Amino acid sequence: MFEYGFMRNAALAVLIITPLFGMLGTMIVNRKMAFFSDALGHSALTGIAVGVIFGITDTNLVMLAFGILFALLLNYIAGRGAGSADTIISVFSSLSVAAGLVILSKDGNFGRYAGLLVGDILSIAPKEILSLFVIFLISVFYFCFCFNWLNAAGIHRTLARSMGIPVLWMENLFAALVAAIVMLSIRWVGILIINALLILPAAASGNLSENMREYFFFSVLFSLFSGYAGLFTSYYTNVAAGPVIVIFAAVLYFATYFYARKHQV
Amino acid sequence: MRKMIRPCGLHCIKINHLGVKFGDQEVLEDVSLHIHCGTLNAVIGKNGAGKSTLIRAILDDIPHEGSIEFKDRENGRIQKLKIGYVPQSINIEKNMPVSVYDLIASYRCRFPVFLKKSRKTEAEIKKALAVFEAEELMDRQVCNLSGGQLQRVMLAMAVMDDPNLLLLDEPVSGIDQSGMELFYRTMDYLKKNFDLSVILISHDLDYVVKYADKVILLDKTVRKEGSAKEVFQSEAFQEIFGQEELPGYVRG
Repeated sequence: MFEYGFMRNAALAVLIITPLFGMLGTMIVNRKMAFFSDALGHSALTGIAVGVIFGITDTNLVMLAFGILFALLLNYIAGRGAGSADTIISVFSSLSVAAGLVILSKDGNFGRYAGLLVGDILSIAPKEILSLFVIFLISVFYFCFCFNWLNAAGIHRTLARSMGIPVLWMENLFAALVAAIVMLSIRWVGILIINALLILPAAASGNLSENMREYFFFSVLFSLFSGYAGLFTSYYTNVAAGPVIVIFAAVLYFATYFYARKHQV
Repeated sequence: MRKMIRPCGLHCIKINHLGVKFGDQEVLEDVSLHIHCGTLNAVIGKNGAGKSTLIRAILDDIPHEGSIEFKDRENGRIQKLKIGYVPQSINIEKNMPVSVYDLIASYRCRFPVFLKKSRKTEAEIKKALAVFEAEELMDRQVCNLSGGQLQRVMLAMAVMDDPNLLLLDEPVSGIDQSGMELFYRTMDYLKKNFDLSVILISHDLDYVVKYADKVILLDKTVRKEGSAKEVFQSEAFQEIFGQEELPGYVRG
């Protein structure tokens, strides 16, 4: 199958995207940001719509800028405690989907963008793999230098701040990072399933793990495994790759769940 | 981890005219306190009296008026105040893969906890846990600890870098009667063997009578301070708590 260029590209993209998602997922799950990352995925539609309005052809750039702004805004509003974070995120998420749909469906043209919903990893080009690799390096850098502080802030904000940890910076940087990664990978993974890929490997790993080292290791491993299992299955059965990857990840989740119940991990 | 030092009785912490406003609402006003080293100071008051706000203001976690000084009583030299803080509860859910090492190392060291354990940090944590006879908890998952065990872990973390002042909320959940007794005896041990003072938000007046050196009755401001007996027999105490909540020894 690797005689095809598109399969080589897809395999390379999976090698970057899945460990990245596995890594990020651990903190999204621990910090209970599942709904937040879901909202970010949906806001990609608005990002593209904004690009269409201003006639900007490089949709990647617009989506990136819009996603980061959206994430910081959500963080700010939820942090002010004006209402339950769940509700606020839901309101903004629906609003951004609606706004995106209104603009993109003008003149009955939404069909052009329908591919975004499911994503298509086989269409990724080398230049786009490079941009994924750059965000991968940034994430590794962030995790190596800020992971402890982000974790500390999640466990108790006041305690973290009393020890001089720049809590707000850590949280905003993480939100921006999640936004950037979601926006850069949404065309390959798809709006409908991107969140599953972020959450499932980490959740499955959480079923088995007792400490951060196991948690992290298994999350990346499960993510990589589902990625390649899904890609190869989709090649031989001729179905979309993204959903198959999610099904593998979900199977892993349930398997670990029942394993953990049986063995009292 | 510090060497054990008997309290010298020469340091004091002065809280001057502390005030906190949330919007237009005045939560604390003009709170002034004098805390000597080696003493256990219990803050009591009804819900909404500003007890937790006082702790957050001392920690500098919220904007506030007034100042906090840490002084050497002999020559009046002002030093930097180091505060250890033990929150009442932490955000660790069932099944969260966070071990005691992960919890403490996240706050105390920069080496990423997901890569591998730092030997140096592990040794430091072990030493701190040993003071509270909790070394064996190092690799346990935090969500599986009992209330008393978690309390000891959090205390170990709080005293790791030699604080002059320990701020804490009395544990309210997951601790039984003998656990409470142990908690207060630990407080007693800390104040006698380490050179620090303790400010404790307390809900159980019986223990306050038994262990506190000084009681501070808070209701937006300091309504009364002094020995447990002085405070419990004051008019302000009667007004706030009424007769029924008096501990047996005062009622009798």
